[in-house]
Amino acid sequence: MSAEAAAPAPLLEVERVVTRYPVPRGIVGAMGRRPKLVVHAVEGVTFSVGPGEMLALVGESGCGKTSTAHTVVRMVDYQDGSIRFRGREIGKLSQREMRPLRREIQMIYQDPYESLDPRFTVRDAVEEPLVVHGIAGSRQERDAQVREALVRAGLTPPDLYIDRYPHELSGGQRQRVAIAASLVLKPQLLVADEPVSMLDVSVRAGILSLLDSLRRDGMGILMITHDLSTAAHFADRIAVMYLGRIVEEGPARDVVRNPQHPYTRALISVVPKRDPREQTAPQILTGETPNPVHVPTGCRFHPRCPIAESRCTSIDPSLQPPAGAEAPDHRAACIVTAPGPDAGEVGPDGRGMPAAPAA
Amino acid sequence: MSQPVLRVEDLHVWFDLSGGRELHAVQGVSFELRPGERMGLVGESGCGKTTTILAIMGLLPGSASVAGKVFLDGENVLEKGEETVSPHRWRDVSMVFQGAMNAFNPVKTIGSQIAEPMELHGTATGKAAKAQVRELLELVGISGSRADRYPHEFSGGMRQRAAIALSLACEPKVLLADEPTTALDVMVQAQILELLVRLTHDLGLSMILVTHDLPVVAQVCDRAAVMYAGEIAEMGEMSTIYHDPRHPYTRMLFAATPDLLGEDDVKSIPGAPPRLDREMVGCPFAPRCDSTFAPCTVTHPRRIEVGPGHEAICHLNDTVMVEESA
Repeated sequence: MSAEAAAPAPLLEVERVVTRYPVPRGIVGAMGRRPKLVVHAVEGVTFSVGPGEMLALVGESGCGKTSTAHTVVRMVDYQDGSIRFRGREIGKLSQREMRPLRREIQMIYQDPYESLDPRFTVRDAVEEPLVVHGIAGSRQERDAQVREALVRAGLTPPDLYIDRYPHELSGGQRQRVAIAASLVLKPQLLVADEPVSMLDVSVRAGILSLLDSLRRDGMGILMITHDLSTAAHFADRIAVMYLGRIVEEGPARDVVRNPQHPYTRALISVVPKRDPREQTAPQILTGETPNPVHVPTGCRFHPRCPIAESRCTSIDPSLQPPAGAEAPDHRAACIVTAPGPDAGEVGPDGRGMPAAPAA
Repeated sequence: MSQPVLRVEDLHVWFDLSGGRELHAVQGVSFELRPGERMGLVGESGCGKTTTILAIMGLLPGSASVAGKVFLDGENVLEKGEETVSPHRWRDVSMVFQGAMNAFNPVKTIGSQIAEPMELHGTATGKAAKAQVRELLELVGISGSRADRYPHEFSGGMRQRAAIALSLACEPKVLLADEPTTALDVMVQAQILELLVRLTHDLGLSMILVTHDLPVVAQVCDRAAVMYAGEIAEMGEMSTIYHDPRHPYTRMLFAATPDLLGEDDVKSIPGAPPRLDREMVGCPFAPRCDSTFAPCTVTHPRRIEVGPGHEAICHLNDTVMVEESA
């Protein structure tokens, strides 16, 4: 226990968070008393990010990974669960109360062609957060802070970039400017939503190495990505999402090399490898991810699962340490590969909820 | 060895820019494609991949000038422009365009859009065309009964399958697929790649797969051509160019690509590709290369055959150059 106590307290603790969006019925639908439908975007997700740790949330489109990120930074309202930042519950804070916290939790977006204002110079873009948060100081102080952020984001010497406009920069440089605009506030947690998917292969590694060096300096990073290879290379831990749930979570190496959930196994088998001789037989799942409005009963993966048993249609599995796992903190939500003591508690909607992690 | 179905010889494409300037987008590309072969055309954005295949299709805009030869079944289709290309387009060589799955007309049924090239090229009309559409849909894994559905009733993966069916409407011999899986999730990507491989097997179709994603090419293609600054920097068997790359760009591109189970560090390539609207001295990759020596900044390297079916444009393979500067 002493070893665990020495570990730094997590920056971000997310517990059983549920985020649902109503499906608009329109006037005709409401008059006709059509049933109210909801998108079950995030259904009881639990994870934590510590200082100096990068957690990758991976999954296919519509699995809820971006909704999870938006919930964590309080950009969307959520229905249930708790979000703690440095031990403090932030889930119920008003937007006004959240404001000082936004300096400490920053977000990086997918598309640096869209996220920068074309009429702002690099200086304007990086300086703006300082002004917005009223920590601007004198002009010299601001200039020094902008330059420091540019250097940290790898745009050196800053003189070369500070007076340029976005159209004068390459995609990789734009993303570095967007990162600098986050770093200028000296955040402790970065939420990066597909930070390299719009960039050319040749510059992706540079941006990811930059995030990696920030992590080494003690920043906590939550990275949203659909690219398992990137997650395997740069993240400490990987959480695989499917239809609003984390179905497997553990050290990146273990999840990729020793996947336990049948969905993770299928996903990993279809990732093309660089070496043409190393291609494994892909285990292709038929169909596409079901609609999160009509979530299947029991285990939500059972209709596509190659190893589903009849009980999988009724039992909603919780995250448990699988028998085949080597790392103690490797968990999967599957009653076949990771049989646990319980079949998941019953949640507020009558559906199972994942068990809380052991304290 | 069977005759190539497609042979491209010294293809050049220039685009007119404002102010009388020109952009030399494709600079002397030559390759052959054999029946049933799958070749990858890879490289960073702006290296000339898409321009090359649009030139083969004769679909470049009016601002482009094209030189060189494109032989389809022995006939140079570039000879008289549209007049010589159009009889071959879609019948001998067809294309899955980038973003094709989002390019269907939303107010027409999928089936009627697949039948369009058949009627245009006179390969089938009316009932016969309808029957063929159903067959094609079944071939790409969509129930034939869905021919009367509209694009919005299909998921992204199904629209991409339909786009592939559309490209097969006139039973072409060569399929040019431009980033066919780029916007798709990895599981749907796997389904589409499996379909493309199956089609080349079952129909004897030859395919050029244009992508920036090396692992996709490694999985699907027999051969690959790595393009840089409008040239084919290296071309060869897929496993040869992975295990024994003879152009530093190929090696560095692989090193910049994270591999799921790879242990080595992922390294980005410094700098950016050169602008193609001005004269270049020396090797176009020299400013970003990690293995330059004296001649690289002075002379443009020659294309050298470094092994059977394996060629690269790099001074490092030129013994005369290497000895002289030693």
